[in-house]
Amino acid sequence: MQAKAGHAELKRKAEEARDKKAAYGQDIDLDKFKEGSKDIPQVERLAELSEDEQRTLLSAGVVPSEQGRSGSFVLMDESVVHSSIKEKGVEVMPVSQALEKYDWMKEYYWKAVAPDADKYTARTFMEEADGYFIRALPGAKVTAPVQTCLMIKGKRVAQTVHNVIIVEEGAEMEVVTGCSTSKGVEEALHLGISEFYLKKGSKLTFTMIHNWSETIGVRPRTVIQQDEDSTYINNYVALRPVKSIQTYPTARLEGRNAFARFNTVALAHPGSEMDLGSRAILAAEGSRCDMISRTIATGGKVIARGQMIGKAKNVRGHLECRGLILGEGGVQIAIPELEAYVPELEMTHEAAVGKIAQDQVEYLMARGLTEEEAVGIIVRGFLEVGIRGLPPELKKEIDITIEKADVKGM
Amino acid sequence: MLEIENLGVEVGGRQILKNVNLSVMAGYTNVLFGPNGSGKSTLLMTIMGFSGYKVTEGRILFNGEDITRLPVNERASLGIGIMMQRPPNLVGVTLNNMVKVTGKGRVDPQKAAEDLDLEGFLDRDVNVGFSGGEIKRSEILQLGAQNPCLYLLDEPESGVDLVSIEKLGHKVRDLLQGGQSCAGKKAKAGKSALVITHTGQILDYIEADRGYVMCKGTIACAGNPRDLLSEIRKMGYEECIKCKLRLATLN
Repeated sequence: MQAKAGHAELKRKAEEARDKKAAYGQDIDLDKFKEGSKDIPQVERLAELSEDEQRTLLSAGVVPSEQGRSGSFVLMDESVVHSSIKEKGVEVMPVSQALEKYDWMKEYYWKAVAPDADKYTARTFMEEADGYFIRALPGAKVTAPVQTCLMIKGKRVAQTVHNVIIVEEGAEMEVVTGCSTSKGVEEALHLGISEFYLKKGSKLTFTMIHNWSETIGVRPRTVIQQDEDSTYINNYVALRPVKSIQTYPTARLEGRNAFARFNTVALAHPGSEMDLGSRAILAAEGSRCDMISRTIATGGKVIARGQMIGKAKNVRGHLECRGLILGEGGVQIAIPELEAYVPELEMTHEAAVGKIAQDQVEYLMARGLTEEEAVGIIVRGFLEVGIRGLPPELKKEIDITIEKADVKGM
Repeated sequence: MLEIENLGVEVGGRQILKNVNLSVMAGYTNVLFGPNGSGKSTLLMTIMGFSGYKVTEGRILFNGEDITRLPVNERASLGIGIMMQRPPNLVGVTLNNMVKVTGKGRVDPQKAAEDLDLEGFLDRDVNVGFSGGEIKRSEILQLGAQNPCLYLLDEPESGVDLVSIEKLGHKVRDLLQGGQSCAGKKAKAGKSALVITHTGQILDYIEADRGYVMCKGTIACAGNPRDLLSEIRKMGYEECIKCKLRLATLN
């Protein structure tokens, strides 16, 4: 009864927030978009998907053969097309199913992200969006990554998604999420709520590859709740064109000695606007955070935000954001913010924006490389720093994406 | 092979070199002495063609071709290679990758690094956190992979510890006097070098053919490198300037 009353209260709040503009990013008119289809048929194996669809999965780091993955989950528009597990110690299912199966899900569902945060969270709440539920059982060391793909297929669709990840005490898990768009999709919107819970001593490596397209608007809303001694590694890679992304995942480090790292690698093509932030609320003694952002503007606009809020003793944090402008028309805005509320902590930041250093280019040219080759190597090196520590096979896929990305112009 | 005629160079609007005349014949190793700030590094950087080194007069010929206005990479592909005094950090570019691209895939970085005790550095970013001596060894490693015809070496021995200098010296000797023919368009033309040295220590390892002394942005003296070195050791650079003055009055 109480839960229902709570839900009614949330619903009222969400309704009130239906037109509430977000704090950042250009405002998107939600009325222009329709709900995503919930009727796309399921497949037993990802290999049964069409060739085009499989290619789309691969480009976003999701392996259609499911080899080397402990579980797979694919959402197309708003239909769960596939959900499977291959390894013990891990659960993968639609959030809707987890809500039916586990009474305790209400302790996690809409507990980290507020439904009335802005119009995007409100719409996702009102639509009772589905998404993935991934859970590592207590003490489980899940060896292979779980892969998920969120794909937009329909035109003028606003895809709403609600994901929950729980890493139980002492468990370790890796999740790779590829977001992508089917060929020929015009003007669509992705609204994704993600609530991650890391219990005591657990570890989650979460890698998100955004492969949207020129006409897609993207508004993810992510909160990570961290208990004592937990480790959260967030890798975010967005190298393909997109219309507008605004994201500001927030890690709440509420247990002692919790650690969070955010690595961001992004490329803003002409016409792309990317407002990418990472926020850590260091609320417990000894909690730490590192943020590294490497962005390139080849004609588009990047706003690289980073915020660390230190509220406890012995908190440490370092924020590093570097942005390159290659070619005309690119814009880089770096906004690092540090907030300290107690004296016994140390947080630092460094930010740099500009063009490639000429002395580096000439150094490589003196070794016989053309200017174009030299710039290519420096740019790859620049991005490389942002994705160091990724699992080798994923790195390989990202290297290919970097290789393909047109970053030659100066 | 290399001829420098009446060269004048400006850096940041200031005249650094004037009336520089110097040549390095094919197969020769020439040495450049001179006090700090006399313009030795500027000369090497200008020969390589780095921006910021503006040639105001004169010209640079390489194998008879005027290269004064050529871009850096074209000079490199003609067969000129440089060991820089202060190369920039290349964050995110490993030494392994650098050797690979410099050697155009023909060089095994692992094997090449062994000669210079640099195996442990292959996975590190080029020059990032390298000590002075490590930079020298890494530069020689890259030059070995590049295999130019004309080596421009800026104080190869400075900052190198006593154990490493032996390896480095032998490696430089192998590069300059070994049997390898040089890469690029002038293969088999024979190796040449122009080496800046303060201490002359590198002369323990390589045969030098001709020495030049640079003072205040111009060549003050030329002669047998060992004679010049012992004179400089005895009397300092003052004597060279006097020598220059004597020459001027004779003319």
